[in-house]
Amino acid sequence: MKILRYGAHALLVECADLAEVTALHAELTRRRAAAALPPLDDIVPAERTVLIDGIAEPAELAADLPTWSLSTTPADRAQIVDIRVHYDGPDLAEVAAAWNVPTADVAKVHSAREYRVAFCGFTPGFAYLVGLPEAYHLPRRPTPRVSIPAGSVAVAGPYTGVYPCSSPGGWHLIGTTDADLWDLDRPGPALLEPGSAVRFIPMPDADTPTGADIPTTNGTR
Amino acid sequence: MTAIQIVRAGALTTVQDLGRPGYAHLGVPRSGALDQAAHRLANHLVGNEPGAATLETTLTGVTVRALEPVVVAVCGAVAPIRRDGHPAPWAAPIALNAGETLDIGSATQGVHNYVAFAGAIAVPPVLGSRSTDLLSGLGPQRLRDGDILPLGNPGSPPHPADTYPVTVTAPDPEPNHGSAFELPILPGPRAEHFPDLAWQVLTGNEYTVSQHSNRVALRLEGPPLRRTGPDTIPSEGAVLGAIQVPADGLPIVFLADHPPTGGYPVIAVVPVAALGLAAQAPPGARLRFRRVEH
Repeated sequence: MKILRYGAHALLVECADLAEVTALHAELTRRRAAAALPPLDDIVPAERTVLIDGIAEPAELAADLPTWSLSTTPADRAQIVDIRVHYDGPDLAEVAAAWNVPTADVAKVHSAREYRVAFCGFTPGFAYLVGLPEAYHLPRRPTPRVSIPAGSVAVAGPYTGVYPCSSPGGWHLIGTTDADLWDLDRPGPALLEPGSAVRFIPMPDADTPTGADIPTTNGTR
Repeated sequence: MTAIQIVRAGALTTVQDLGRPGYAHLGVPRSGALDQAAHRLANHLVGNEPGAATLETTLTGVTVRALEPVVVAVCGAVAPIRRDGHPAPWAAPIALNAGETLDIGSATQGVHNYVAFAGAIAVPPVLGSRSTDLLSGLGPQRLRDGDILPLGNPGSPPHPADTYPVTVTAPDPEPNHGSAFELPILPGPRAEHFPDLAWQVLTGNEYTVSQHSNRVALRLEGPPLRRTGPDTIPSEGAVLGAIQVPADGLPIVFLADHPPTGGYPVIAVVPVAALGLAAQAPPGARLRFRRVEH
């Protein structure tokens, strides 16, 4: 872990890998909730870093951080978000070929595991989910699409994600969902936040509605 | 309910307050008034709280009509101000009668005017802010001719102009003749991506504000900065005022609507207190970066 000063009121912590990013973000979130951190504006995890922004005196925190012990905490099982998916994306056959599985098995591979949100970005509500084994990591498409429909379920590199709104993008599209990734009328507008645990549930019948099962605050559905 | 009507929206007029910090981890820009000192002063003059929503104009001002009597104040860029055609004061409360218009002309110094209305612009907040965010599209749309905006109830009485020291934070009006203005910088997190020479180039030369500057970033033209690392780095969180250096080597200063993360190394940071000056720099203005210490 390398702690870099970033202007007068921020620290950028460079981590060894994404797992350390996730562990540090979880610890910062825990300490913030316990009022054990000085007041700050933002904690922003990314692929290799965590930005801590809006701290009055970052030097104190910079000195304290290396003494923390970080552990990867398992996701709270009551807080898992289930996203129902039709695996009907336009890149399904290409992805199947690259994964060396029959087209029908892309859904099985993609939905067989639990994912964690490593970080968000690109556009409000877009979450970068990790958990796909390395054998299934694909480079981005050589030419990005000009417009990808909202609700597209996609994979690229170590990540999988769902496009919250129509936007350009270079990820491989394997499915669709009606889950509302970003809804300003909800108390928490983002369905997925850094640290969220996610499962994808394949919907066999194209007529079956998709959407998401969102845990309520007390952990019941 | 009190309201105003936008008669002439100008080049770009938006609703702004102090923005929506705290959502960067969800990919939401901070947004908010580019020149926060001018925004706060305008609010102060009409008796509003600092976080009350004002109008932010761009280069060519705005014309508004009061649909009910309302006290207004105009701060920020230096520009001709007229109330129903008659000259009106800059940085002072102006009482508009119902039906009267307030016209702010083209800026002669600086870029952005802030127009505060007693009671504040009362459009619905989004994630705790009424700011228009042009990067992600959150908050009210940019204003169009004919738009009507609701106002809240005035709080404390307006403050006369002589109770507040007024300074213009706007670069020289004639960039081709005046001298370069100065922006302080602190070291950024990615010094190892730049040779020592890059700092010398950044602080030893003048840069010119590009016409492609906007609410997202101040774009600059001048000597490119050499880099030692790869063209892009894994995206990482970026702060307000960060100076990113993309592959072409031309520094970009992040302003209010900047993306919360970026994939180019950050060489330095402009302290927030100096960003109003940066945002008030018109295309063609010349600037120098001066290194300061934490």
